[in-house]
Amino acid sequence: MNNREDIIAVNDLHKHFGSVRALNGVSLSVERGKVIVIIGPSGSGKSTLLRCVNHLETPSSGEVWIDGELLTTNQKQLNKVRAEIGMVFQLFNLFPHLTALENVVLAQKVVRQRSKEEAEEVAMRQLVRVGIPEKADVYPGQLSGGQQQRVAIARALAMDPKIMLFDEPTSALDPEMIKEVLDVMLDLAKEGMTMLVVSHEMGFARAAADEIIFMDEGLIVEHTTPHDLFNNPQEERTKLFLSQILQH
Amino acid sequence: MADQPTHIEVDVPEFGGEEKSASERIREFPYWFAALILIAIYAAYIILTKENYREAFEFIYRGIQITIRTSLIAYSLALLLGLLTGLARISKSIILNNIARLYVELIRGIPMLVLIFFIALVGVPAAVEGLNSLGLWLKSFGAEKVGSFLTEFNNQGIPMNVRAIVALSVTYGAFLAEIFRAGIQSIGRGQMEAARSVGMSYAQAMRYIILPQAIRNVLPALGNDFVAMVKDSSLVSVLAVRDITQVARLYAGSTFRFREAYVTLSTMYLTMTVVLSLLVQSFERRLRRHE
Ligand SMILES: Nc1ncnc2c1ncn2[C@@H]1O[C@H](COP(=O)(O)OP(=O)(O)OP(=O)(O)O)[C@@H](O)[C@H]1O
Ligand SMILES: [Mg+2]
Repeated sequence: MNNREDIIAVNDLHKHFGSVRALNGVSLSVERGKVIVIIGPSGSGKSTLLRCVNHLETPSSGEVWIDGELLTTNQKQLNKVRAEIGMVFQLFNLFPHLTALENVVLAQKVVRQRSKEEAEEVAMRQLVRVGIPEKADVYPGQLSGGQQQRVAIARALAMDPKIMLFDEPTSALDPEMIKEVLDVMLDLAKEGMTMLVVSHEMGFARAAADEIIFMDEGLIVEHTTPHDLFNNPQEERTKLFLSQILQH
Repeated sequence: MADQPTHIEVDVPEFGGEEKSASERIREFPYWFAALILIAIYAAYIILTKENYREAFEFIYRGIQITIRTSLIAYSLALLLGLLTGLARISKSIILNNIARLYVELIRGIPMLVLIFFIALVGVPAAVEGLNSLGLWLKSFGAEKVGSFLTEFNNQGIPMNVRAIVALSVTYGAFLAEIFRAGIQSIGRGQMEAARSVGMSYAQAMRYIILPQAIRNVLPALGNDFVAMVKDSSLVSVLAVRDITQVARLYAGSTFRFREAYVTLSTMYLTMTVVLSLLVQSFERRLRRHE
């Protein structure tokens, strides 16, 4: 089912942590420009899948292809590929010793070798895009969670990524801040960014996802459109899970 | 020793801060610190006014340059060695990791006085021999220039104060390695991951993300170890290096004025360590305020 023309192709991926089997043979392909939302219970392997896509975790077995290139354990290759894949974390992981602007500038300079002027110009553009240019000179510690997450998105976007990975980007946020982050993500989706999003924000999935994946116990249980998954889930496990999260 | 905190914690009463009752103030006043200052002032007064003491001071003072120079150079080298060893301790390479661990544990298992003798009188000659034979080996491959540079090292030619600096650096390098390691490990995993996720190499992530935060966190500990180093530099007197301790011993031995010699010597160390500790502490406060 994998097509190596796809921007992401994952083939029979396994990942074990000691005796814990986080991924048990996951295959997945993502076409350029598509938005895929991944849902599933805690411990089902969603984060591990995302982290294998950019090889922050090295798979135990299986293949990951990014834009026609098979990932190996070669660090040079991985650094190059990771520069093309933005990642947004649940806990933001901004660099606390750098200002918002410096957070967005740094990798452009040291990885992309852009000049200071160019990097700062790109960074300001990205901060405008996520709606907080006025916070450019503020340190992460002085920003709200929602603002920090938007800076984190700007940091990833400044590298001109081909793919964006989001691992529960709103689940550490207070409710009133969730929307500001989701709005940025919706804009990105509309602009045609390829996105892999672990999130239980069903509103976002309905509005932006082209496909939705339900994972359980390290496997993809269902992979379909949001409409079909919500209205016509095939598997018992999916139904049970949906009934649990949709109650809230 | 470096493992015990040596710096002096003084809660100097803050005026204009929160209101405290009179009895609280009386209770919390750092009398011991006031006494310490008084002792230092009294000793300084004696040294400056009494002829015998002033003479002792003037004699011992000749060693101050050696004490300061030895401490500064040895500490700088120890910082470098400690940083590299700390990085090796957390590296994924089994070889680097084990070498670093072995070094740290060897140093921690031997008294510092013994280490000073050992490194200066056994370690340095062994290293010189090693370099010599490396030089010969290189020569046999035709690397004439590098080879003869290395064979020209001569054990006798290495003065004691250089050996003393090597000994202190190697010893403190192991202590500082543990500080750096702890500092690096105190930075959450997410920082390394975020750095790697934008395409930085491990080295770039260390340099731009992890170390700046880690070093900032351990600056107070590093400062404390510098104070400890100043004190431990007195051990180099066993190698007949003419630091203030050695000069004081010579003075006491030749004049039999033990009291003058050791009161003066102690006062000099105390003054240096108290001043340095206060500097470290105010620096630490400033860091905390900027958080
Ligand atoms: N670094 C690790 N070391 C050991 N076990 C791990 C590690 N990372 C993940 N696991 C285990 O792998 C399994 C899958 O974890 P993963 O984080 O991928 O789940 P998840 O679907 O993202 O869950 P959540 O919704 O709680 O984030 C879990 O059992 C987890 O405990
Ligand atoms: Mg997760």
